[in-house]
Amino acid sequence: MFSKKFLDKLKEDKATWSKKAEKFKDKKSMPRFFTVSSVDIDDLYTPDSIKGADADDHFEKNINFPGEFPYTRGVHHTMYRSRLWTMRQFAGMGTPRQTNKRFHYILKQGGTGLSTAFDLPTLMGYDSDHSRSLGEVGKCGVAVDTLADMEIIFDGIELDKVSTSMTINSPASILLAMYLAVAEKQGIPFKKVRGTLQNDILKEYIAQKEFIYPPRPSIRLITDMMDYCTKHVPQWNTISISGYHIREAGATAVQELAFTLADGFQYIESAIEDGQDVDDFAPRLSYFFNAHSDFFEEICKYRAARRIVAKRMRYKYKAKDPKSWLCRFHTQTAGCSLTAQQPENNIIRVALQAMSGVLGGTQSLHTNSMDETLALPSEKAVTIALRTQQIIAYETGVTNTPDPLAGSYYIEALTDQMEAEAEKYFEEIESRGGVLQCIEEGFFQQEIARAAYRHQLELEKKDRIIVGVNDFVMENEEIDIPVLKIDPETEKEQVAFVKKIKAERDNGAVQETLAKLREVSKNDGNTFEALYECSKAYASVGEMCDVLREEWGEYVETAAAMKPC
Amino acid sequence: MTEQKIRVLLAKPGLDGHDRGIKVIAAAFRDAGMEVIYTGLRQTPDMIVNAAIQEDVDAVGVSILSGAHMTLFPAILDMMKEKGADDIILFGGGIIPDDDKEKLEKLGVAKVFTPGAPTEEAIEFIRKAVKAKNEKDKLV
Repeated sequence: MFSKKFLDKLKEDKATWSKKAEKFKDKKSMPRFFTVSSVDIDDLYTPDSIKGADADDHFEKNINFPGEFPYTRGVHHTMYRSRLWTMRQFAGMGTPRQTNKRFHYILKQGGTGLSTAFDLPTLMGYDSDHSRSLGEVGKCGVAVDTLADMEIIFDGIELDKVSTSMTINSPASILLAMYLAVAEKQGIPFKKVRGTLQNDILKEYIAQKEFIYPPRPSIRLITDMMDYCTKHVPQWNTISISGYHIREAGATAVQELAFTLADGFQYIESAIEDGQDVDDFAPRLSYFFNAHSDFFEEICKYRAARRIVAKRMRYKYKAKDPKSWLCRFHTQTAGCSLTAQQPENNIIRVALQAMSGVLGGTQSLHTNSMDETLALPSEKAVTIALRTQQIIAYETGVTNTPDPLAGSYYIEALTDQMEAEAEKYFEEIESRGGVLQCIEEGFFQQEIARAAYRHQLELEKKDRIIVGVNDFVMENEEIDIPVLKIDPETEKEQVAFVKKIKAERDNGAVQETLAKLREVSKNDGNTFEALYECSKAYASVGEMCDVLREEWGEYVETAAAMKPC
Repeated sequence: MTEQKIRVLLAKPGLDGHDRGIKVIAAAFRDAGMEVIYTGLRQTPDMIVNAAIQEDVDAVGVSILSGAHMTLFPAILDMMKEKGADDIILFGGGIIPDDDKEKLEKLGVAKVFTPGAPTEEAIEFIRKAVKAKNEKDKLV
C-alpha cells in the first residue's frame, strides 16, 4: 500500500515530530488515553502504524473491496447504498396480548423487523404456573407457555411479511417449533419464513447464565435444529452467535470478539462432526455484537470479526461457498453503558454507539431506550430509540459509501491489532483443550470478571469518567421520564391462561408426543421434529423441558466459573 | 485483640443470571478485608437463609436485575423471621426503581443500591451496619 522508501522516510519525519511534540506531553487533558477496554492508544497513527503496509498485496489481502474476501469492508458490494440495515427493536413484555400490541406499534412506526424478548421462566424452561416462576412472569419479556401464546403474539402479523428474531437459548428449538406451527396455521410455507433464533448456548455458560442442560446435549439440540432448518426452513438464521452478553458481563472488546468467534467455531466443528456439510449450514449462521462507547474500537472490532471469520471459514473449515465466509451480524447498543443518573443523556450515548455499528457495517441494529437502567422501556423511549436509527440512516450521510473509515491509519492499525489479539486468545483456548473445557474450568468467566472489576476500579479512581455518575453529577436529581411498570395482574392472568389451556387441550396427544420426545432424546432421532409435534399438541415449554431435564440432567456452574476474579 | 473479619454471604435469588454486579461486589468486599461467601445463581429464599445461618454471617447481599425484587426481597425477609435469623443484615442491588427501593427499605431491607453506586459506598455501609449490630448485641 505504501512504498518501503516512503515508510523509511516517514519514520525519520515521525521522530522529528515526536521530538517537537515532547514539550506538550506533560500537559494532559485526560488522566490516561485508553479505550473502554483499557487498551492504551499511541500518540499518533501514521502509515507505518499499519503492519506490513509496504507489501504489494497488502490492500488486497487485508482490506480489499466491500463484498470481496476477506470482507473487512463489509459483506455486500454496495452496503447501505442498496439496502439499509434492518431496524430491529427488541420488544416483549407482560402477556402475549400486550406484546402483540407493541409489535403492531413498532411495525406502524416503520420498524422493519421484530425481535422478541421472553421472560425468565420461558428462558429457563418453566411454565408460568411453576413455583420458581413466582414474581418473574412477564417481567423482562413476554411469557410463553404453549402454542396458544405464540398464536396471540403474532396475531394479525403475516409471518411471510416480517422477519422475526427470538432471543432465547436453552429452549430455543421449542420456540422455533411453536413459531413454525403458527406459520403452518397461517398457511405459510416454511421456506418463506424468515428470522433468527439466538440459540447460542455456549455464551450462556460463559456470560448470561441462562442454561438448563449440560453442554453436550445442549449442542445436540442445536445441531438437530440446524439440520432441520437446512432441509425445511432455508431462510432461517439458526444461531445468532452472540458477543453481546459476553460484553455486558464485563468483557473487553477483544474478549467479546475472541470468545464469540471461538463459540461460533465450536458450533461449526460440532455440526461438521454431526456429518453436516459446512456449506449447507454455514450461510445461515449469523453473529451478534455489542456497540459500546469507544467509537473507533467498536468499528475496528466489527471489521476484524469479518476478516477473521472469512479466513477461518475458507482456509480452516474449507467452505467453498462465499456465503459461508460471511460474518453477517446484528448489533445492539450497550445496555451496561447506560446510566440511571440523568437518563436523557443515554439518548446521546445510544446515538454514538449506533453510529459505530453502522460505520462498522452491521446488518441489523437495536438501539436501546434511555430508560433501560430503570425498567423496561416506555413507548416514548422506544420511539426515540428508533428515531435515532432513522436520523443516522437518512440525515447524517454515513450511508453514502461503504466502510468510509477504511484507510484511516488508526482504524486499520487497531483492526489489525484486535485481530492479532483475538488470534492469541484462540491459541490459548485451544491449548486449554477447547471451548467446553474452558467453560468447565472457568477460564472465560474469570477473564470477564477480572475485566469487569478492573473497569469498576478505573471508575472509582476516576481514571475513567462517566458523565453524571462519577463526574458532572447533579445533586438531588429528580427523574422525570415515564417508567413502565408491569401490572402484577399480568402474572395472575398468564397463570390462569396456561391452566385453562392445559385443561382444555387433548391431553392424550400431549402425553403421546412427550413420550416420543423422551424416546428420541435417549436415542439418535432428530429432537427438533419431536419438539415440533409436542408444540402442535399444545404441550408446554415446561413440560418439554422437564422431559429433557429428566433425561439429560441439569447444569450447575463449577466453583471455578463462580470465582469473582 | 484484633477485630473479627466481617462475614458476608452474597447470592443471586430467582431465575436471573446476570452476575457481573455481584462478582464485582464480591471482589471489592474481599479486597476490603471481608470474608465473602458467594452462593452462585438461582438460590431460593430458603437456600439463602439456610446458608446465612450455617455460615454465621453478619450480612446477606442479593442482586436482582430481573424485576422480581418485590417478590424475592420480602420472601427472604419472611424466611429470616421464620428461622429467627432476622438479626442478619439484608441488603441488595439491581435494576430497582426508586419507589420500590423506598418500599423495600421500609419492609426491612437495610439498604438497596442502584446502578452507578460505587463499591466504596457499599463497603462503608456494611462496616457501619455491622458495627452497629455488634454494639447492639453487646448490650443484649
